[in-house]
Amino acid sequence: MIRKLFLAAVFVLSAIPALAVNPDEVLSDPALEARARALSAQLRCMVCQNQSIDDSNAELARDLRLLVRERISGGDSDEAVIEYVVSRYGEFVLLKPRLKPETLLLWGAPIVLFLGGAIAMALFVRRRSGQAVGEPLTADEKTALERIVGTDRPDGRAGS
Amino acid sequence: MIIEIGHYALILVLATSIVQSLLPLAGTLRNDPALMAVAPAAATAGFLLTLFSFFVLTFAYVTSDFSVRNVWENSHSLKPMIYKVSGVWGNHEGSMMLWLLILAFFSALVATFGGNLPDRLKANVLAVQGWITAAFALFILLTSNPFLRLDPAPGEGKDLNPILQDVGLAIHPPLLYLGYVGFSVCFSFAIAALIDGRIDAAWARWVRPWALMAWSFLTAGIAMGSYWAYYELGWGGWWFWDPVENASFMPWLAGTALLHSALVMEKREALKIWTVLLAILTFSLSLLGTFLVRSGVLTSVHAFATDPTRGVFILAILIVFIGGALSLFAFRAPALKAGGLFAPMSREGALVFNNLILTTAAATVLTGTLYPLVLESLTGEKISVGAPFFNMTFGLLMVPLLLAVPFGPLLAWKRGDILAAGQRLFAAVGVGLALAAIVQWMHGGGPVLAYFGLALGFYMLAGSVTDLALRAGVGKVSAGIARKRLFGLPGSAFGTALAHFGVGVTVIGVVAVTAFETEHVVEMKPGATVSAGGYTLTFDGIRQGRGPNYTEESGHFSISRGGVKTSEVWSSKRLYTARRMPTTEAGIRTFGLSQLYVSLGDHMGDGGIVVRVWWKPMILCIWLGALIMMAGGAVSLFDRRLRIGAPQGARTTKAAARLEAAE
Repeated sequence: MIRKLFLAAVFVLSAIPALAVNPDEVLSDPALEARARALSAQLRCMVCQNQSIDDSNAELARDLRLLVRERISGGDSDEAVIEYVVSRYGEFVLLKPRLKPETLLLWGAPIVLFLGGAIAMALFVRRRSGQAVGEPLTADEKTALERIVGTDRPDGRAGS
Repeated sequence: MIIEIGHYALILVLATSIVQSLLPLAGTLRNDPALMAVAPAAATAGFLLTLFSFFVLTFAYVTSDFSVRNVWENSHSLKPMIYKVSGVWGNHEGSMMLWLLILAFFSALVATFGGNLPDRLKANVLAVQGWITAAFALFILLTSNPFLRLDPAPGEGKDLNPILQDVGLAIHPPLLYLGYVGFSVCFSFAIAALIDGRIDAAWARWVRPWALMAWSFLTAGIAMGSYWAYYELGWGGWWFWDPVENASFMPWLAGTALLHSALVMEKREALKIWTVLLAILTFSLSLLGTFLVRSGVLTSVHAFATDPTRGVFILAILIVFIGGALSLFAFRAPALKAGGLFAPMSREGALVFNNLILTTAAATVLTGTLYPLVLESLTGEKISVGAPFFNMTFGLLMVPLLLAVPFGPLLAWKRGDILAAGQRLFAAVGVGLALAAIVQWMHGGGPVLAYFGLALGFYMLAGSVTDLALRAGVGKVSAGIARKRLFGLPGSAFGTALAHFGVGVTVIGVVAVTAFETEHVVEMKPGATVSAGGYTLTFDGIRQGRGPNYTEESGHFSISRGGVKTSEVWSSKRLYTARRMPTTEAGIRTFGLSQLYVSLGDHMGDGGIVVRVWWKPMILCIWLGALIMMAGGAVSLFDRRLRIGAPQGARTTKAAARLEAAE
């Protein structure tokens, strides 16, 4: 299996870079095209069900793909393109909602649940082990616990 | 006439399930063995009636009886026989019948193989199963009756959605429902325990085989669905975070947590209350999934039935069962005695960590799936929560869990030594990093994160092997003894190692395909070539064809490597005549664990055609890993220590006897 992976890696090495969604839409500059692809994957095809404009062959998705490429070729940054598309189509077009008051719960849920669960777990273990062993955690155990519950949480990107 | 008998049988199912839900319960309250003994008989009768009713519906499909409205709406006389049969559950009414059939099947299994369960527990479990059966039988009869007639009968049917005319439909829903609905047994055990107010390690031992069985089927069902979407939808994606996919994935996450916490409860009597809660939550998520898919509240790639009036009924079922179960839990849980103690660094601690992450992940998927619905109904604001959100949040949650997986089995119960475990995993970490470094050296380029992902996958594989090797005493005892000890290890040890190995394989597949797949979208005329993954595809031309109920256009491609022709592939576009609906039949060629994926696009004006070619490195690992996980579940299921109270037929006993003889 490992050999297969090596082969796969070799094949990949020899492949030419990815082209775009329809041959006539491709931008000539591969760097700009790559940015367009990445942005397209973040934008919803408005008339489809749960498809990005990158995956969809709907007419509207194609229009939006061309629009994204037009803005990128015009020198817009990724943020500016997103801003422009949102101003025309609304937040609904974003597959990854932006952090704002209405989406606070959405982004906060994983972090709050994880930390809440971890704290409940730590309290539970401490209370129970206090009963049973009759001694508090040693410094080593505390660091070990800290290592599990304290640092391995999802990054705070959304929470900040 | 036969249709009416089937219809009548379905009404009898409702009647028997009401008997099954009331009499045994009265029996346990009054301590009346005769009333309790009604439960298995009612469950078996209910199953046979459901089976009969289901066969009648199948008969109507097979004979293309278009006087039955459901058959007329979803079938066609020219449809191949396999799709006539699988088409029975390719629509809302039929798939609810399959749901009911599998629910009744599990009740009958408990009735038949639950011989060593205490009478009270068995009666209560079957009574709860009876409630669920009654609710769904009523739902089918009132809102989704497949036996309604049409008069006059139309001459031809409207055909099945072409995307569903695939062997995937024959396999995927039954597997998925065996998983989904299988968790009803765990739910019923939890409710039965709460009704009785008593719960101990034996309870966990009785529940675990059912959880394992349901989990294995659900794993297979989800993997099968993923592969089906991959080859059928024609753009090479294998997971879309579609609400319908999420609906099956949430019970899987909760079920995985349940398997692990039941283990703690069985071995150490700890986490009792939590395990009961998880059993309730897992099936609640199954019910919620059924609601999301069946009510039409979501519309998505998969949704093939939409009728909002049904939503209210399922929502009522949902509220009664989930609300009732959680209220009972809140009322009774404090009465359950807490069990064994453990230090944070222990096998129990690791399993708690597993539970923390898996339930957080399930809750995250739940939030993301429901958030747009809730926000829109509260504020009218429309937002989308799609793949980029789930990939980021779910991905971040999984990393610490996957890192911790190999540690779990190496820690001792009660109080473990994480440093010692870390030392023992030193080799596994080394193997992971070294293999990833070698891939990097051979491949070069690509995101750095991808190599860490690969390293993580390899580390998990090596970690599983380490676990087995340590258990067998490799390095401590002679090779011969180690081999003997290895084969003497209990099934659940192999099951654990296999399942964890499978997770590693899936991780490798996901990382490789995400980071290293290549895509080419080109316009081709006959004779044109494109290279992908080291292979050269030559477009030979288009052929028109016709199937039993479709016309198709197929492109032929020769695949060569280093100038030598090695293979060929057809890629087609079909037009199903009854619904005038086009589908793509992608051409897929497998090379080892990687695949070439060729899909035809539109004709261009100048005689060329748009062709999309993907090279999907190691993609088969994704589903191979799931199969290995499922095999792990099956191996654990046959652990002879789980025999007590486990469903056991003659074959299980024989296999166990052979195991014992072998030792």
